Amino acid sequence: MGSAVTHAPAREGLAEDSVPRRGPAHSARPSASARRGRRENLAGYLFMSPWIAGFLLLTAGPMAASLYFAFTDYNLFDAPRWIGLDNFSEMFADPRWRHSVRITLWYVVIGTPVKLLAALGVALLLAQKRRGQAFYRAAFYAPSLIGASVSVAIVWKAIFSDDAIVDRTQQLFGIGAGGWTGDPDLIIYSLVALTVWQFGAPMVIFLAGLKQVPRELYEAADVDGAGKLRQFWNITLPMISPVLFFNVLLETIHSFQIFSSAYIVGGGAGGNACGPADGTMVYTCYLYVQGFENSRMGLASAMAWMLLVAVALVTAVLFWSQKRWVHYEEGGR
Amino acid sequence: MSSPGLPTPAGQGAPPPATGGPARSARSSALRRTLPGSLAWHLGSLAILAVILYPVVWVIGGSFKRSEDIVGSLDLLPSDPITSNYTRLTEGIADVPISTFFTNSLLLAVGSVAGILLSCSLTAYAFAKIRFAGRNLLFTLMIGTLLLPYHVLLIPQYVLFRNMGMINTYTPLLLGKYLATEAFFVFLMVQFMRNLPKELDEAARLDGCGHFRIYWSIVLPLSRPALITSAIFTFINSWNDFMGPLIYLNEPEKYTVSLGLKMFVDQEAVADYGGMIAMSLVALLPVLAFFLAFQRYLIDGMATSGLKG
Repeated sequence: MGSAVTHAPAREGLAEDSVPRRGPAHSARPSASARRGRRENLAGYLFMSPWIAGFLLLTAGPMAASLYFAFTDYNLFDAPRWIGLDNFSEMFADPRWRHSVRITLWYVVIGTPVKLLAALGVALLLAQKRRGQAFYRAAFYAPSLIGASVSVAIVWKAIFSDDAIVDRTQQLFGIGAGGWTGDPDLIIYSLVALTVWQFGAPMVIFLAGLKQVPRELYEAADVDGAGKLRQFWNITLPMISPVLFFNVLLETIHSFQIFSSAYIVGGGAGGNACGPADGTMVYTCYLYVQGFENSRMGLASAMAWMLLVAVALVTAVLFWSQKRWVHYEEGGR
Repeated sequence: MSSPGLPTPAGQGAPPPATGGPARSARSSALRRTLPGSLAWHLGSLAILAVILYPVVWVIGGSFKRSEDIVGSLDLLPSDPITSNYTRLTEGIADVPISTFFTNSLLLAVGSVAGILLSCSLTAYAFAKIRFAGRNLLFTLMIGTLLLPYHVLLIPQYVLFRNMGMINTYTPLLLGKYLATEAFFVFLMVQFMRNLPKELDEAARLDGCGHFRIYWSIVLPLSRPALITSAIFTFINSWNDFMGPLIYLNEPEKYTVSLGLKMFVDQEAVADYGGMIAMSLVALLPVLAFFLAFQRYLIDGMATSGLKG
């Protein structure tokens, strides 16, 4: 498939190739540059063809289909039947759906800021160049790699179960509560703890941002007698605000989509998905249950589109707000 | 390189040592590296390390304990270690030997890596090195898919693959990898290729090289760090993936390690914590091995993804 792209430009055309952007006035033969443009287009689309196929077949097409399914009754076996907005009205009236929205929002609102604060705090600590820095950085990052696995979710479930190590530790302080995984109100916090445990990934990004803050700024502030807190607020924070924005955006979007850990930490031996009394029935869990356990593909598609709208709204608000608090350097993008 | 330590916010780790006056000389920043500050820094770091490692140590210790000793005890390490949690893994899960799950996961992971490396690097080359009409629009679309919640595609993709008769095959789990749908890696490679010196491919063009030659002989070899990062992340993501196999695979012989683990947990009426934990640890071994071998690539790759974004 590469052969079409490889054939080299004709020898005469080479002078054109070496000075790509000179404008038509300079070019002796405008037709040659037009030909070159066409060749570039052809090459571009040939290289892009896997992505374009993937985009049409696995992203754009499915999105259109999903939008259609959202307005139908579809159980996989019979043809989709158009029912207008019924899926949406059923969804909004469903207390279980509202519950899943509530705990998902709660999880996002608690978990993301705590995780990012931990990431930033530890990054500030590690940004001091001291012996062992690289070791700590790697060790703190490790949970981010394994945190999404089934293994860790299983271990987490064990750690937070009744009379297990977290509960035992609580008992030492007289606040044993029978474990978190058995308690519909507490189990969601074991998931929050799991996401905070993975603070290493945003921490690494913060560290990279901190590395780029010019030393001179701090030296000047030192001379001016600005305290450490002032320096953090007036130098560090504005300088790393693009990185902070990136982390907030990605972590928030990811949090909305939590699935595996909720499904496994909450999943019982009896096969009840997502927790005692729906304690970990986060949005995507309920979507999975409706779609794949109840075969309600239309309803699940409507739910998926609500999630998309929510994520798009959050993204839009964040992008809108960045004018106020994200500081891009001159010449930056 | 007498860089003063970065300011630490109140209550976070090492407090800066008391300072004499407002005018600080270079000497004082050297002083800051004295014992108390260093000690506080290491104590802070160690404390965080302890919190992070707590579950890990508990799990490793637990895998050598009897199930009834795992819950209901604060001990991190077993008093009399046993190995039966591990030896019983050789019996397999639901009559399927553990090695089957590992082979399946390995097959999928390696297949994913090959697909990602090929398709994403081709796409990234086009974005980074070819000026073609519509490039900016396509780039925006590509970045858009980065933010798209996967769950919107879950059901229609399932319907698509079901209509094509591909349920219980690995095609649904692999096809996207060969069609560059993982925008993160395209993005990572684009960033990397853009920063390669332009002179090299300009010289190659002068010598009459077409795009494919430049891609294959110049850009790809120079992009090795980005390719390695993408390969390792892809391997780990594929190894950890749970939702994909959960939806598309329905025969235990085709299960991945993740699904095998979940099946193992579900089939036990009484929680067999010892077996569960031992199996979980074994399942993590490849990921941990990759981490130990390539942690620099992973961390650097992660770090660059946040910059210039």
